[in-house]
Amino acid sequence: MLIAATLAIFVTMILAIVRGITGPTLYDRILAVNMFGTKTVLLIALLGFVMGRPEFLDIAIVYALINFISVIGVLRYSDTDQFNHTPPQNEQTEKER
Amino acid sequence: MDTVITISSGFFILVGCFLCFSGGVGLLRFPDFYTRMHAVGVTDTLGAGMILIGLMFISSDILVFAKLVMILLLTLLIGPTTSHVLAKAAYHNGLMPKALNKLKKNNDKEANSSTL
Amino acid sequence: MKDLFAVIMLSGIYGLLSASFFVAMDAVDVAFTEAAVGAGISTLLMLVVITMTGRKEKPTRHKPISALFVVIITGGLLIYGTLDMPYFGAADAPIHNHTSPRYINDSMQEIGIPNIVTSVLASYRAFDTFGEVVVIFTAGIGVLAMLSVARRKEDEDDEIASINDSMHQQHLVIRIVAKMLIPFILLFALYVQFHGDFGPGGGFQAGVIFAAAIILYAMLFGLATARRVINQTFIQLIAAIGVLLYGCVGLVSLMNGGNFFDYNVLSSDPIAGQHLGILIIEWGVGCTVASVMVIIFFNFAGRRQFQSLKKQTKHTESSK
Repeated sequence: MLIAATLAIFVTMILAIVRGITGPTLYDRILAVNMFGTKTVLLIALLGFVMGRPEFLDIAIVYALINFISVIGVLRYSDTDQFNHTPPQNEQTEKER
Repeated sequence: MDTVITISSGFFILVGCFLCFSGGVGLLRFPDFYTRMHAVGVTDTLGAGMILIGLMFISSDILVFAKLVMILLLTLLIGPTTSHVLAKAAYHNGLMPKALNKLKKNNDKEANSSTL
Repeated sequence: MKDLFAVIMLSGIYGLLSASFFVAMDAVDVAFTEAAVGAGISTLLMLVVITMTGRKEKPTRHKPISALFVVIITGGLLIYGTLDMPYFGAADAPIHNHTSPRYINDSMQEIGIPNIVTSVLASYRAFDTFGEVVVIFTAGIGVLAMLSVARRKEDEDDEIASINDSMHQQHLVIRIVAKMLIPFILLFALYVQFHGDFGPGGGFQAGVIFAAAIILYAMLFGLATARRVINQTFIQLIAAIGVLLYGCVGLVSLMNGGNFFDYNVLSSDPIAGQHLGILIIEWGVGCTVASVMVIIFFNFAGRRQFQSLKKQTKHTESSK
């Protein structure tokens, strides 16, 4: 049962990677990375139980925290001008019109 | 007693796996960012919670149980927050939902035709 | 792939993935480090860098054929070199004959710590680890020498703070969640630091996690605020003190009549001496790693803010 669950999570991770590679917009990629991170937490927790070494859970906690921090970092630094989906000059010119 | 624990943990893990997998399929199949976000954001938190609860049933000692509770609390706190921030950032930076884009185009066309 | 942002995202995924197979191969400490460094901090630092340099890869003008030639030849030689080595996992390989059995069989009596990785890292190969810490410290010094911006006047600082405040008004939810999480992260870093003797963990990982919490604070509440909490000179001092603490343990053991980094002589009982030495050394490593990471981030981000401020002043002057 645990091994089946691990496999299911693994397949989900592969789906997330596919979205991360193809993802048309920046945010699709961030979403894929985020989901990949949460799935890794689960995978490690499950692996710990499969292999009978529950101290893997420490790593799972680190993963959850690091994943959060890196997603926040990505969003924080994607807020700068060059990452904007629509360039801000257009809005200004529209207002001037 | 043992069989009850095994069956209930198996049930929880099964449901969690199904949710996670459906989230993955949704991430791959849905048409635009916001629908994908919906698929992932909803299933991720619940699926992870289910799997962690399932693992709690079969955890052997109290420290493992406490760590699982900690991971559960973290995912409950972090998952919705990241979803919220991601959607907000995407919306602020001008990424429009697909359906809304079409609507807007139609409106623009109508406006243009009316002015002409 | 020309979009550098996508490259960074994928490298983050790669970090997570490689950590999972370290877990699958039962190398828990390595997985821990990879999770904290490869997936966390390095992704963040690369992100800060590309916000300064631009998101698109510049088209290359030179033909990389000669480089490819060199790479192929070197790679071929390296692969040729591995042909002499014993097969992967072969039971009669030299490493399974003298070093590993000794660590596995004797470390419990000699050092008395359940986690063999920590005893190898901090005691048997303390000299190696000292080199690593010095390398990290040197990296911090290099970043300081190249990127540190001269201290600005206070009013400019306030201006930056106000810009930041307006920018972060929208991040209310995340700020509150981060406020709840940061104490937990710091506590967890301390747990990793002191639990390194018994489970996965140690100074390197703890330092990185500690720095990650401070970086999270700096990202959400603005660099000026974070600098007010953590003074730059103070942190440079801590980085130096960490390395010195590590080196001093070696010197003290020399003075007590042992070898450099021979902890047996630190206390009357050899095992207690080992425990003491490893504890102090882990502290030194943790201090240095955490403060160097924070220094690198502060300088990168400060540089970036400096650039944007320059652009703004230029813009306002030209518009006047």
